[in-house]
Amino acid sequence: MSGKQKCASKVISQKMIADGIYDMWLEADFAGDVVPGQFIGVYTVNKAALLPRPISICEADRKGSAIRIVYRVVGTGTAEFALYGPGDYIMILGPLGNGFPLDEAEGKNVVVMGGGIGVPPLLETVKRLSEKKTPGPGEINAVMGYRSRDTFLSDEFSKYAGLYIASDDGSVGVKGNVIDALKESGKKPDLIFACGPMPMLKGIKSYAEENGIKAYLSLEERMACGVGACLGCVCRTKEADSHSHVKNARICTEGPVFDASILDL
Amino acid sequence: MNTKVSISGITFKNPVMTASGTFGSGMEYSDFVDLGRLGAVVTKGVANVPWEGNPTPRVAEVYGGMLNAIGLQNPGVEVFVERDLEFLKKYDTKVIVNVCGKTVEDYLEVVERLSDEDRVDMLEINVSCPNVREGAIAFGQKADALFGITSKIKEKAKQPVIMKLSPNVTSISEMAKAAEAAGADAVSLINTLTGMKIDIYRRRFALANRTGGLSGPAIKPVAVRMVYEAAHAVKIPVIGMGGIASAEDAIEFIMAGATAVAVGAMNFHDPYTTVRVMEGIEKFMESEGIEDINSIRGINL
Repeated sequence: MSGKQKCASKVISQKMIADGIYDMWLEADFAGDVVPGQFIGVYTVNKAALLPRPISICEADRKGSAIRIVYRVVGTGTAEFALYGPGDYIMILGPLGNGFPLDEAEGKNVVVMGGGIGVPPLLETVKRLSEKKTPGPGEINAVMGYRSRDTFLSDEFSKYAGLYIASDDGSVGVKGNVIDALKESGKKPDLIFACGPMPMLKGIKSYAEENGIKAYLSLEERMACGVGACLGCVCRTKEADSHSHVKNARICTEGPVFDASILDL
Repeated sequence: MNTKVSISGITFKNPVMTASGTFGSGMEYSDFVDLGRLGAVVTKGVANVPWEGNPTPRVAEVYGGMLNAIGLQNPGVEVFVERDLEFLKKYDTKVIVNVCGKTVEDYLEVVERLSDEDRVDMLEINVSCPNVREGAIAFGQKADALFGITSKIKEKAKQPVIMKLSPNVTSISEMAKAAEAAGADAVSLINTLTGMKIDIYRRRFALANRTGGLSGPAIKPVAVRMVYEAAHAVKIPVIGMGGIASAEDAIEFIMAGATAVAVGAMNFHDPYTTVRVMEGIEKFMESEGIEDINSIRGINL
């Protein structure tokens, strides 16, 4: 089924893959329609917590009608999700937002850059890029930033892309941020797809502009409705967008992936 | 079974509306809900010119509800008429346009611009948004100021006028009476309650605006009490809202004296809430042997 919907989804599996990081597979009819970079809203059973939690789609099994989410436990909602096991049902809304423009990768050397809990949506991104037949993208590399040694998902990236790691404490890979690691790798991308915390995205935007590289950034913000009605999750843009007619685009609807050059971060 | 209700000569097919600001102009939720099944779509606030709204974060969840400080971001009345009103023409429902402004002149400009738009059935005047510094709530917290702006809008408006009241006042009865005395055709309440949340780990306000409007099930008992007080203070119809999540909640408001009800923050929890509330009201009427929804309004408690 295509189009976004709210439905009860059956949990296939769940495990903790790093400290506070959970990895869940869910049944989802819409798996075949997922564009990497899209997200779902996940609802709690706890009625005191009203709002759907926006969580990016890490992988989509298009044949098996299943999606994978990898999330960090940060509050009451995600703490509840962490308790779910196989056979449990969870309410989800999706798929939401616009993903990365994979077609733009044609013939280009692509680097995906992820930081912390911004890493997961890039897994489906490199998987899909690596599946592209001729004319497909050129070289595909992934630069991942972590706090420390807990480099969750990095081994899976290495199946689809050249892998470069940065860590805040230097315990693994380059000590520093993803831009330090990119410079160290010597890779010169034509196109960057990135997801991570705002300081990292600001850094990538500047780096891309200085080096004439096209970049797409996936943004995060506090959300309420997730479908574009409440105008809670906006980001500053250089020009007024066609929906808002002011310089505040909706991250849940026009985004979460934006062409970096239109953003005013 | 009759679920029709009437406000100022306008008949609504059922008493379930959307609360302004929680449903856009219906476009986003039309993926989930047949807008033709709603009593009315009440649009997000529209001003004479585009408004940018507040910086982010604009929303924060709290126990049983949420805080918002969107700051009435809107594309302005011209875009609204061309895009949103045009879109709503496809649906057999009533359209209530929420109007916001910083000065009396701002409000009047929107009211006059909409006066010849056939698709606008009623106007709801937002004098109760707690998240913009100028205008808006300044008109909604003092009875004489409310009287003044209501009179001026009534002079220009071609459609019936609903004044949307703030709960952040000493006496909701006095405010409802002031609106009625100035000629308002109805009042709607409650808008959000001013609140605050502090992120103790970051040592920051959860909202960039520091304060925001509290909505959701947490505010329902306050809203029911205020609707009861307002409905007993004035003869004009009252539209009740504040934390409605179910048909039972909606019926509480109707029994407190509301002619119609609106679903707000719960649209974010479940996009199908409006239709669920409407169907639940019908089931309640059937099981309780109620022929006419109007017969349970403001029942002697």
